[in-house]
Amino acid sequence: MSTPSTAPTCLAAFTATSGIGAGCAATLESLRGRRSALRPCDFDGVDLPTCIGAVAGVDAQPIPATLRRFDCRNNRLAELALRQDGFLDAVRDAAGRHGRRRVGVFLGTSTSGILETEIAYRRRDRTDGSLPAEFDYAATHNAYSLVEYVRERTGIEGPAAAVSAACASSAKAFAVGRRMLEAGIVDAALVGGVDSLCLTTLYGFHSLQLLAGAPCRPFDVDRDGLSIGEAAAFALLGRAPASLDRDAVLLLGSGETNDGHHMSAPRPDGLGAQRAIQAALADARLGAAEIDYVNLHGTGTASNDLAESGAVVAILGRDVPCSSTKAATGHALGAAGALEAIIGALCLQGSLLPAGLHTRRVDPRLEANYITDNRCAPVRRILSNSFGFGGANCCLILGVAG
Amino acid sequence: MTLGACIEGVGLLGPGLEDWATGAAVLAGERPYLPAPTALPAPSILPAAERRRSGASVRLALAVGLQASRHAGADPRMLGSVFASSGADGANCHEICVALADSRREMSPTRFTNSVHNAASGYWSIAVGCMQPSQVLCAYDASFAAGLLEALVRVSLDAQPILLVVSDTQYPEPLHAKRPIADAFGVGLVLSARCGVRGIAWIEATLESGEAETLPQRSLETLRTTVPAARALPLLAALASQAPRRATLEYLGGMRLGVDIRPCS
Repeated sequence: MSTPSTAPTCLAAFTATSGIGAGCAATLESLRGRRSALRPCDFDGVDLPTCIGAVAGVDAQPIPATLRRFDCRNNRLAELALRQDGFLDAVRDAAGRHGRRRVGVFLGTSTSGILETEIAYRRRDRTDGSLPAEFDYAATHNAYSLVEYVRERTGIEGPAAAVSAACASSAKAFAVGRRMLEAGIVDAALVGGVDSLCLTTLYGFHSLQLLAGAPCRPFDVDRDGLSIGEAAAFALLGRAPASLDRDAVLLLGSGETNDGHHMSAPRPDGLGAQRAIQAALADARLGAAEIDYVNLHGTGTASNDLAESGAVVAILGRDVPCSSTKAATGHALGAAGALEAIIGALCLQGSLLPAGLHTRRVDPRLEANYITDNRCAPVRRILSNSFGFGGANCCLILGVAG
Repeated sequence: MTLGACIEGVGLLGPGLEDWATGAAVLAGERPYLPAPTALPAPSILPAAERRRSGASVRLALAVGLQASRHAGADPRMLGSVFASSGADGANCHEICVALADSRREMSPTRFTNSVHNAASGYWSIAVGCMQPSQVLCAYDASFAAGLLEALVRVSLDAQPILLVVSDTQYPEPLHAKRPIADAFGVGLVLSARCGVRGIAWIEATLESGEAETLPQRSLETLRTTVPAARALPLLAALASQAPRRATLEYLGGMRLGVDIRPCS
């Protein structure tokens, strides 16, 4: 069923949609312009004193009529993103070339379309408590709903799964897709992630007292928590051909570990994160000095940033420039890993080290080289961290071919 | 590359199936199948704080994971893992949706923490002190085959042993009416790249077209079709027969996962 492959993995196509823009061009332009999507929360009657990074136009994005049962905010966001950057055409082209069964779909999500269930519970039947007849659990709430929507939307019929490991979900989806390619189970893999605003995460992070009041300020001495965002980001992974454009983007390595420490707090010593970074470097056969930029998990909570800074400094040293783009996009939770991998790809191609926004004074206890100004410089290899509840850690390394 | 691995340990817990020894006898036709509600053991391996916070889905996953790793004689700290489930903690999800439908919207931090699909993976890693990579998947009714495929890929590429845990618990009403999972069912497998002294059977998997096989005994077939994780039963039945066999498992769309099973001598 499979022929193993040692060819490098390339991102044959990619796209990202978040609060800072729909598609790659708008995203890169916002990063260059230091624009943040974070605004006071006005989502669905939520009365929390926090900011969110909402994507414009999600509610207005129609789902194709034949796929109406999948209609929910999460799949609308997926649809909006799939339409950018010619991504649907690239996927269909790959399916045509390799065969529909030889293209896989591996997508990360933490809450999928649970917003539909939240709404359905408000509309329970007053006599018997039943949910509305039109509520479709499988096509909206279930984590796999996103994957099945994308399969049906693109006509892909190969191996598939939702990866759901909280805020590490979609980074891990890249790792899953790459392994499926290496094992020869598929000839191309559509990877990425989609997570959308819902009450579960807004009130959930509020209950943990982890939501910032003002737009989040990762690594700031006065940081007070995270700002929730939403995003959809996709990449089509394939085996790199013998000759590549100089600015073609490769997925060079991934490293995954588990903290084995606490359900909702990182190990204070950052050991799980350290080992994930080490594993990614080993997988990519790179030394620490060969990383030009780190896109941090950088949520803006006191404990994440402290543990992550320590891990980065321990493995990569104090000099490598780092920042968190969550101050621009908000924390897209299960989609954050994919979003930040695509931001990394854009930075590689655009020779940009993006600033961490909103941060006025970097916490002196955080020794990583956190940058608060955009820098234009050649970037050949970037490392992207994603950490989640349950102690899930995933680190990706991307690079340019030339 | 052949996607193969050696099964070195099995864990099983479901309605009327209290462990792999009982389940193997039932599946081999040596004992009658007597369905009874799944009895979940207390998660004694968790620290007290986590034990208090853990729900049925975590108890189930930990129980079959522990059974399988003990059966394999493996140090659970050294096992990478793949956890797959169609819906994680259904009761917890229900409580969150009830709370959010109320005008006060009072969410419990523990409920939120437990709502992640990787709660079982997280609690397992804390319980056994494991820092190995853990993958967490969902493929609706195909979650068992999706988990097995991922576990086989990991074993084949890395030559490291993997614990596969696939488990589902039921939703309470009103979600149960929309997703009628019959009862809690979980299976754990320790898979390794080579057959050692603990080897039970060598398996090789192939993606193919066609329907999955059905089980001849009606009550077991009902179990197979009413809990996603119980789609593992044809593989377990073949394993219980202790003879070379082929099992076909439900996967996605028109695909199934064919598994050739050869008992270790």
